[in-house]
Amino acid sequence: MSTANTHVAHHYDDAEQQFDAARLGMWIFLATEVMFFGGMFTGYTTCRFMYPAAFAEGSSHMQLLAGTLNTAVLLLSSLTMALAVRSVQVNRPAVAVRLLMVTLVLGFVFLGIKGYEYATKFAEHHVPGAAFSLGEAHNPAVNPQHVELFFAFYFLLTGFHALHMLIGVTIVAIVAVQTWRGQFSSAYFTPLEITGLYWHFVDIVWVFLFPLLYLIH
Amino acid sequence: MADNSLRFTSHHIVPVKTYTLVFIALLVLLALTVLAARIEHGVLNLVVGLSIAVTKAALIVLYFMHLRYNSFVVRMVAMAGVLWLAILITITMADYLTRS
Repeated sequence: MSTANTHVAHHYDDAEQQFDAARLGMWIFLATEVMFFGGMFTGYTTCRFMYPAAFAEGSSHMQLLAGTLNTAVLLLSSLTMALAVRSVQVNRPAVAVRLLMVTLVLGFVFLGIKGYEYATKFAEHHVPGAAFSLGEAHNPAVNPQHVELFFAFYFLLTGFHALHMLIGVTIVAIVAVQTWRGQFSSAYFTPLEITGLYWHFVDIVWVFLFPLLYLIH
Repeated sequence: MADNSLRFTSHHIVPVKTYTLVFIALLVLLALTVLAARIEHGVLNLVVGLSIAVTKAALIVLYFMHLRYNSFVVRMVAMAGVLWLAILITITMADYLTRS
């Protein structure tokens, strides 16, 4: 147990206990995040169950290459994030700053590819609303309105995921500056560890969105 | 320290090799899920897709998020999130799947 640490608040025994409390709090927050996305996933599940052919039709209009590339980008960003936390654990903050910068860039690459996909969807009139038009259907038997429902879930789920990514890159930028200023070391790196947990959680949400949106038959 | 059972391994340092191997495994699973989706096998498509996603999520949670090295309390909270989601989906689908 490390005892000599100026960051310990008076109601904790030591830095270790304070770190454990912060981490537990973050995991509880992430459990509420599971429920936040869970409601949307449940809505998706019921609608896909009711209109399987329409959801397959909608999925066939996704850009599989962009989605696959984005999954790889996020997985790589999780690796660089985990390595950044590790670098501070072994007292190499300069390496950590560089890894956090890479994580940040990968986050923006993801958002850029997502933005490109959204732009394509707007151009193809695949955005739910008055201007929605399915165009040429791969399966003429499906009801375009049910395909519109698929796209509604696509934008709802990926939209909230992208919002989390925006929050994520903001927080990563903040902890990158804090690391660069020398605020973290192996004795204290709680904000970095917590940021990592958030980043990996957002990665996991995408890991489920990818097969559910891009890979339906 | 009276009770150490809830609080140890906070500062467990995972080797770079472990992180790299996990990342490679995640990329292999990504390739696998894309390839598996190209083969038409009905309901199995969804089962395979979700199984691979669960495996990827488990790797991220256990290694990148250090759950493997964390205390029982943290693991319990993580499981609670999954359990509550399972309850939500199970009860909802118990309704939809049994409508005539």
